[in-house]
Amino acid sequence: MRGHNRGVDTTGRAIEAVWRIEAPKIIATLTRLVGDVGLAEELTQDALVVALERWPADGVPANPAGWLTSTAKHRAVDALRRRGAYAAKLAEIGRDQVEAVDDEDEWAQRLDGRIEDDLLRLIFMACHPQLTTETRVALTLRLLGGLSTAEIARALLISEATAGQRISRGKKTLAAIGVLGEVETKERLPSVLEVTYLIFNEGYAATAGDDWMRPALGAEALRLGRVLVGLLPAEPEVHGLVALMELQASRTRARTAPDGAPVLLPDQDRRLWDRLLIRRGLAALERAQELGGAFGPYVLQAAIAACHARAATADETDWPEIAAIYQVLASVSPSPVVTLNQAVAVGMAEGPAAGLALLDGVTLDGYALLPAVRGDLLARLGRHDEARAAFRLAAELTRNGAEREIFLSRASAGAGADL
Amino acid sequence: MRYLVLLKAAQPATPPPGELMAGIMQLGEEATKAGVLLDTAGLAPSVAGARVGVAGGRLSVTDGPFAEAKEMISYALYDVRSKEEAVEWTSRFITLHHDLWEGWEGEAEVLRVFGPEDFGPDGTPQL
Repeated sequence: MRGHNRGVDTTGRAIEAVWRIEAPKIIATLTRLVGDVGLAEELTQDALVVALERWPADGVPANPAGWLTSTAKHRAVDALRRRGAYAAKLAEIGRDQVEAVDDEDEWAQRLDGRIEDDLLRLIFMACHPQLTTETRVALTLRLLGGLSTAEIARALLISEATAGQRISRGKKTLAAIGVLGEVETKERLPSVLEVTYLIFNEGYAATAGDDWMRPALGAEALRLGRVLVGLLPAEPEVHGLVALMELQASRTRARTAPDGAPVLLPDQDRRLWDRLLIRRGLAALERAQELGGAFGPYVLQAAIAACHARAATADETDWPEIAAIYQVLASVSPSPVVTLNQAVAVGMAEGPAAGLALLDGVTLDGYALLPAVRGDLLARLGRHDEARAAFRLAAELTRNGAEREIFLSRASAGAGADL
Repeated sequence: MRYLVLLKAAQPATPPPGELMAGIMQLGEEATKAGVLLDTAGLAPSVAGARVGVAGGRLSVTDGPFAEAKEMISYALYDVRSKEEAVEWTSRFITLHHDLWEGWEGEAEVLRVFGPEDFGPDGTPQL
């Protein structure tokens, strides 16, 4: 059925596409087989190399995914045989019959039914608490996203050597840990969600001049989130995270001005918001809320993002609702940044004095948005001298040129100016 | 990147086999769980639809069916990393039809849809 008349380059790209679709599942299955994530990943890479050698000459097989999977599995069996560990492994996965040793196909089939468990375990391993956060990000991109070391380096703005080190150290740590037993979802889930959202934000923070691999991180995180929803459909926070990412991604087109300057939420042209992503985000939030229970930080943040998504214009924003959700968020996961955002919402809902009161005692070293928000609230209260001082501080602190421009212009605004 | 896949086919007179329908459901579930299938649905025969256009400077509305060898059968919207990935999912879909429905002939168009990430700062699409 498959066409055999594709050029070598086209076939190469086709192979890579199949590989990227299948690699996480193959690595996940092989990890249980060989008991080592690093080895499982190498064996999966080997299968890719074989495909790249054979398919351009022999044609793409009728079932390319099955071909890659069985090639990788056979390699795993060979690797285990060389180590003399094959019989022990068979026993471990519930086969006590020695004659089954040669029945690789049947064995391979027996493994297939557990792919979702395997995939989930792989995700939890990549985000293992014994790894540093940086390593978790790199390993997740490698094992679940199928990104090469070079792509990871470009995406994270680090050198290829650094990326390679993080990955190989991470694999070593995981090899020492071995294969996880029954996954304790509730305990491990926060790390997985954190890593996914970190990857999303790396992509979201990318600016116009950046390598395209950086914004691609946002898409990668969103895809991973959607995969997680399929694996853990009963976890409200997974739906919450996906909702949050879909809703934030919906604003991508509106958040940069033609000159590359960032456009803040109230100033965005909402017609440029992506309706499909908004619809998906709102649906994901609804599923999270239907699941019930006490809402976690992702569901709450998604609920805030949904308030913005539902407002056709900035003026229609339901600030009292947003301020109320922030109050819950501040108790569920208190942080100075949450308080800062709460102050903005309260400043809109109840007026600048109430917002400013919330900022009393908040410290965020080196964080430009704190003095900027304070400056805005002070200006609205008519306390212009203090406002200008706050904006001067914000301009000193920011590392973003476009932001500095905005803060400086507000720092030099006249006393009577409409700030 | 988003791709819209439009399936056009000349359907055999026989009803689609149950196996095919089960296969399509399974493939759809797989693509959803892989995080790449955003939306999909079947399309009713064109007799249920209409065509709106401009002819001779006037708005014209023509009721279906449209006299074409192949009818539009379904659409799917994917969010994938490359055109090749969209082509791969589509190949699986087409292969299912070929393998499970005797006499089936059809083709799918894999069309790039501009998503929010495809627009440069000046608002023009970037390919």
